Amino acid sequence: MTESSWRMPRWFHQMGSPKWFYGFAGILQPWFAIAALGLLTWGAVWGLAFAPADYQQGNSFRIMYVHVPAAILSQSIFLGMAVAGAVGLVWKMKVAFMVARSCIAIGATFTAIALVTGAIWGKPTWGAYWVWDARLTSTLVLFFLYAGIMALNQAISERHIAGKATAILAIVGTINIPIIKYSVEWWNTLHQSSSFTLTAKPSMPADMYLPLLLTVLGSYCLFALVVLMRTRSQIVQSQSGASWLMQHRDITGA
Amino acid sequence: MIRYMWAIVRRDLLLVARQPAEMINPLVFFLLVIALFPLGVSPEAALLSQTAAGVIWVAAMLATLLSLELLFKLDHDDGSLEQLLLAPYPSWSLVLAKVFVHWLVSGLPLILISPLIATMLFLPSHAVPTLMLSLLIGTPTLSLLGAIGAALVTGVRGGGMLLTLLILPLYVPVIIFGASSVAAAAQGMAIGGYMALLAAMFVFALMITPWSAGSALKL
Amino acid sequence: MYFESLEALLNMAGHGPYVWSCYGLFFALLGINVWHAKRQQLKALKQVKAFVRRNS
Repeated sequence: MTESSWRMPRWFHQMGSPKWFYGFAGILQPWFAIAALGLLTWGAVWGLAFAPADYQQGNSFRIMYVHVPAAILSQSIFLGMAVAGAVGLVWKMKVAFMVARSCIAIGATFTAIALVTGAIWGKPTWGAYWVWDARLTSTLVLFFLYAGIMALNQAISERHIAGKATAILAIVGTINIPIIKYSVEWWNTLHQSSSFTLTAKPSMPADMYLPLLLTVLGSYCLFALVVLMRTRSQIVQSQSGASWLMQHRDITGA
Repeated sequence: MIRYMWAIVRRDLLLVARQPAEMINPLVFFLLVIALFPLGVSPEAALLSQTAAGVIWVAAMLATLLSLELLFKLDHDDGSLEQLLLAPYPSWSLVLAKVFVHWLVSGLPLILISPLIATMLFLPSHAVPTLMLSLLIGTPTLSLLGAIGAALVTGVRGGGMLLTLLILPLYVPVIIFGASSVAAAAQGMAIGGYMALLAAMFVFALMITPWSAGSALKL
Repeated sequence: MYFESLEALLNMAGHGPYVWSCYGLFFALLGINVWHAKRQQLKALKQVKAFVRRNS
């Protein structure tokens, strides 16, 4: 790909400058923190205490308000990691690799939450903690994908190589996720282990889905917060000695 | 470029011919894993014939992974990989040549002894052609996808375990369709759809591997 | 509120332990992530500050 084939807007290249990203992320960071805390608290209180119980599953369905955001985020973070990695590979942008690496831990956390809450939810619903349900199984595979990327990052000590390796693996994984999901779903219908999926609801009253919307949005804000924080620390580590950083108020200030 | 790839294939085959253990070890490993299942689970013919398809596919997968670790490592350690990458040909041609040799050395022998294994595990004999066909389409896919992991862990210490972690999740669709096709054939059902899906996955792996493994090698 | 008493909210007709453990896990794990990211940030800044002090 030649440099001049695509004209990207100016902000795009600005994002690639460590100095600019550091400053911009610093402005956004507190807002995401407030939004994440507010939305998650609001959504959780609403979901726990005020939303009506499900006619079929009773109160155990309240687990949905944490399980579904975790499941959604586990996939979007993987996709985000691949997009950041691709941007890094195409435009040779170091900050993009840092963003991709910042996604790993929080993505794996959301996947783990989705798995464990799914299992806990399964107990009152299916009568067993683990059922080889299509969604749980493909989430498990997703968790393995995160684990692989994590292990690779631990093994490679040089930061820029680890960033590129993460990018390649994230892209390959993202291309594979739909195939894995499809094959697992197909395998599941073949063996018919469970006919009742946890969150397949044709329609929900507003009182039931609004808390969900809040916790999903809150989770996205929390993800953004963690990625900004981790990317900023990586910028600080890699730019140690750069004059803009030395004169930054985070360094010179008390 | 064809000549460049051909030269790599010839060189690697020669290296294997001088050190046949590299080719035989995965095969013995494959047989061993297969032998462990009747010992660990049960030697009952009814049970074994039911699980045979899955067991053979899992064992084939593990045997492939075992030999993948060395795909680029030996060349990396003696410095020839760097030289090969300096050649004025795209790095994906190197990857394809290497993967081809890997399949010839580790995949093909597995296919050839699979009828023997199938008999040992009491797989119905009418399912054996399907087993061989599914392995014939499936094992190149395993070699291709595995090459991505092998390229990424080249030059990383303790790469073998890491390779397994990276690659096994990507093998999930292959094992699902591979094992199901054999199970379907054992029950006398049509297998055309499975073979089409396995072939689609092979084509897909052929599209993503050369690029990703090639760029991983250049890290 | 949907529940009539605080006890009913905690018990949730028998489903309480499942629901509350899920929420606890969700907030605990996410909290750890934010805390760890914050600590990493402070550590990185501290290192650079030490670097500045050594070189001035």
